[in-house]
Amino acid sequence: MRRQPEGPTRPMILGDLVAAIGHTPMVELRRLAPHPGVRLFAKIEGANPTGSVKDRIARSMLADAVASGALQPGQTILEPSSGNTGISLAMIGSRMGHPVRIVMPDNTTPEREHLLRVFGAEIVFSPGAEGSNGAIRMAQRLAEADASVYMPFQYGNEANPRAHQEETGPEILAAVPEVDVFVAGLGTGGTLTGVGRALKAARPGVRVVAAEPLPGEQVQGLRSLEEGFVPPVLDQSVLDDRYLVGNREAVGGVRRLMAEEGIFAGLSSGAALAVALRVAAEMDRGTIVALLADDGSKYLSAGLWNRDLDTLETEMERSVLW
Amino acid sequence: MSRVRIPPVLRETVGGARELEASGGTVLEVLDDLFAQHPALRERVTTDGKLSPFVNLYVNGRDVRYTTGLATPVSPDDQVILLPAMAGGSAAHASAAGGSH
Repeated sequence: MRRQPEGPTRPMILGDLVAAIGHTPMVELRRLAPHPGVRLFAKIEGANPTGSVKDRIARSMLADAVASGALQPGQTILEPSSGNTGISLAMIGSRMGHPVRIVMPDNTTPEREHLLRVFGAEIVFSPGAEGSNGAIRMAQRLAEADASVYMPFQYGNEANPRAHQEETGPEILAAVPEVDVFVAGLGTGGTLTGVGRALKAARPGVRVVAAEPLPGEQVQGLRSLEEGFVPPVLDQSVLDDRYLVGNREAVGGVRRLMAEEGIFAGLSSGAALAVALRVAAEMDRGTIVALLADDGSKYLSAGLWNRDLDTLETEMERSVLW
Repeated sequence: MSRVRIPPVLRETVGGARELEASGGTVLEVLDDLFAQHPALRERVTTDGKLSPFVNLYVNGRDVRYTTGLATPVSPDDQVILLPAMAGGSAAHASAAGGSH
């Protein structure tokens, strides 16, 4: 009997790009760990097909909507987004035969507009001075006025945290079962809620820590305190700690990820790193996993890596980048 | 004296100031001093004597709701930040909690 020739294992071939979402790399940040007792890991969500963690929730929300009948064949998908979720919905939705319309503040980076158009989305701009708040309000008005559209609404859609509870969390546990602290940026709250639930079910003592952006004064978008908003999908009982991170500190984190580990990451990833380092400094020993939500490709024109920090900070007061 | 940063949406209650100074060894004492200087601020950020759920308060960037709340110690060099409750990230706050359409 002839033996099969030995050779490299044939790599797995996926049926389509959507199947490539998830199972992102976990990388140890040996150079950034502040002392030998603490191990620091990064979950690289920029390795998803469109470059961000939002591929996971876009897939989950659309699959859920098709299964429930809320999304009918050919129906237009409408969603407020400052970029990543819109790009993910455009990639997946257009492949399913749905027109995708994204409401986005007019003061994000040009890369997001280009990417949305390349992936086939239509863009409706909302006033940048109203921040992300304005995009949500405008999308809600458009959805109310046009019953033919379907809005996933990532802030209130349980399929958002569920994607992280069923996929991202278990992936983290499989790679780093000894995780003591999980750090992620706070946006819709879906990542922190879903991953937090999965980790706490497996390791009751684990701490879930939010890195929250300190928004620029010119994009806070609130006309009154009562316009403040806690996204319905954010389960605050899952959080153990919450740190505010200014743009300057987040940029510092982005630069350290590149300079010391060669990781090309976006602004909320820099903030997550900054918080992970603050937490690490207070630990004698333990294991921290920080989720890096997107890659740096949507921030190149902002010059996060090479421009003068004072100039950058002033400019970022007027833009919505996280 | 600790520095307390006031968000744009609350500045009308403090004569337009972006930052104020207040004394006290805890968050509660700092707030009491601030409210004594600016009674209109108290009305906006407290409900039945408690901090409104629409307001978050941070000492050196850390949300006090997850530490020891209003008993959180404050030293003169600390920065206190008042901020409306809002999620960050790829969009945030809305006037109404929306749902799926």
